[in-house]
Amino acid sequence: MTVEMVRADNVHKSFGSLEVLKGVDLVVNAGEVCCVLGPSGSGKSTFLRCVNHLEKINAGKIFVDGDLVGYHERGGKLHEMKGKDVARQRRSIGMVFQRFNLFPHMTSLQNVMEAPCRVKKESKAEVRERAASLLERVGLGSKIDAYPGMLSGGQQQRVAIARALAMRPKLMLFDEPTSALDPELVGEVLDVMKDLARDGMTMVVVTHEIGFAREVGDQVVFMDGGVVVEKGSPAEILANPKHERTQAFLSKVL
Amino acid sequence: MSDQTQTDRARPEPIKAVPVRHPGRWLAIAVLAVLTAMFLHLILTNDQFRWSFIFNSYEPGKRGVMFTEPVLEGLRGTLLLTVTSMAIGVVFGVVIAIMRLSDNWILRGVAFVYTWFFRAVPRLVLAVLFGNLNILWDRIGFGLPFDQQIGKLFGIDDLNAQFYSVKASDLLAGFVAGMLALGLSEAAYMAEIVRAGIQSIDPGQAEAATALGLSRSQVLRRVVLPQAMRVIVPPTGNEVIAMVKDTSLVAFVPVTFELFFQLNAIKARTFVVLPVLVAAVIWYLIICTVLMVAQYFVERHFGRGYGTAGQARQRLRNIQAEQGSSSTAGGVT
Repeated sequence: MTVEMVRADNVHKSFGSLEVLKGVDLVVNAGEVCCVLGPSGSGKSTFLRCVNHLEKINAGKIFVDGDLVGYHERGGKLHEMKGKDVARQRRSIGMVFQRFNLFPHMTSLQNVMEAPCRVKKESKAEVRERAASLLERVGLGSKIDAYPGMLSGGQQQRVAIARALAMRPKLMLFDEPTSALDPELVGEVLDVMKDLARDGMTMVVVTHEIGFAREVGDQVVFMDGGVVVEKGSPAEILANPKHERTQAFLSKVL
Repeated sequence: MSDQTQTDRARPEPIKAVPVRHPGRWLAIAVLAVLTAMFLHLILTNDQFRWSFIFNSYEPGKRGVMFTEPVLEGLRGTLLLTVTSMAIGVVFGVVIAIMRLSDNWILRGVAFVYTWFFRAVPRLVLAVLFGNLNILWDRIGFGLPFDQQIGKLFGIDDLNAQFYSVKASDLLAGFVAGMLALGLSEAAYMAEIVRAGIQSIDPGQAEAATALGLSRSQVLRRVVLPQAMRVIVPPTGNEVIAMVKDTSLVAFVPVTFELFFQLNAIKARTFVVLPVLVAAVIWYLIICTVLMVAQYFVERHFGRGYGTAGQARQRLRNIQAEQGSSSTAGGVT
């Protein structure tokens, strides 16, 4: 039986008078890798930020693993969640940012240990061991005491992935994880992500890496103008897109 | 082909050029040297300084004016006042800065009015004002607010619902009044410094911490403030040093338990003016030197993780050394 990890129903989001999402529908099953493509300003990053409630949506519903994100539903009425409850939901959703956003005053190891120690209050020794092995897994076993400022972009992004994994998330969100990297560093980050996908992690990846989408994606979604224009398997979407906007976009990036 | 030509070519002679001359610099140095010599000559040869009055004995059987008992007492008072009023300033300053950045416009407004008032009124005026504020109340205490008015509402005359109270003229006078005047004024400046520090941090930091499930207060305490400290510490060092000097204003509260007041008293009694003032200058120089050394260490602590700090450079060197040894041993990249 397939479990729906993410379900978005008719999601709308505006910033002031600017409507960024105009009714997005999407389902990502557990264990699936969903790659979201689209031109700048198409709303793909905003949508990703709505999934863990970094942005409040104005209409529609988002469910993660069956739970409504950001609201309690009681007697047909929506109640805004308290900060504490939103934080609890976010624990199981890892997020990786375009600009890494590592904490510069902490070493790699401290970055990875911070959330399990402070949020889940796990024992320090246990977390330290797990954090070290996570850093080992992303190929940075020798950098556990380095501060982010001493690491290359690719290394920083791999620490950021390890930091998100330390909370044992059931869903990982990637917001253009390789867009701020030098071309020669992109590969090392994509390798870590491929490795994660092979392990069965559910991932939603906003990316411009068409090659990654083709190789790893189970589902490719093309967004433009705040709506999902087309979605399907990578073979369908990337090889013979039906919609002309998809065709136009792919002809530019391929 | 090109490789070959490169290896074949001999390394040229190192450049031996005549350096650019800077006659202006040398002229400036010469002028400064003469001025320094004149200053030293003045200090060492002019009798009016009366160094033994300052250091050895200012009256028969007494220590030098710097080390005499009332002056040391005043020094303790100055230091205590600096520490307590800075503590009030930092704590209230952080609270007001956070209010100023709140989503709620009432909290923002209150914080704004606070900073507006305490920055507008000079510290000297505040010191005198706080010294006289006790005319407003008989007693100051903790308890039910508006207790007398509420009592009248229910027909009880003179309801007293105060758990604990003291006479206003006992509490709000002297040292406490001076401390509050300086501390509350300082809070307004600290609030602006802390606000600037918090706003200098990339919003992505708070976002990343939030996405990990940290609570709002954890985001602030663990991620934003420690980074903001790097921006907050240098101007705060300025504030502490300014506070050391501003403690001399509490003489107007009046507080006598203060360095400059005590030195002034000796000046008035002995009619020796300049040496007493020089003694004051020396004490303030000593205090500020100690504070500057302390600031250096605090800055170094909060600078960790940033390339500019010497400590971070040292760590980098350690890591490189470690890497070098491990890559030769295991060949791991």
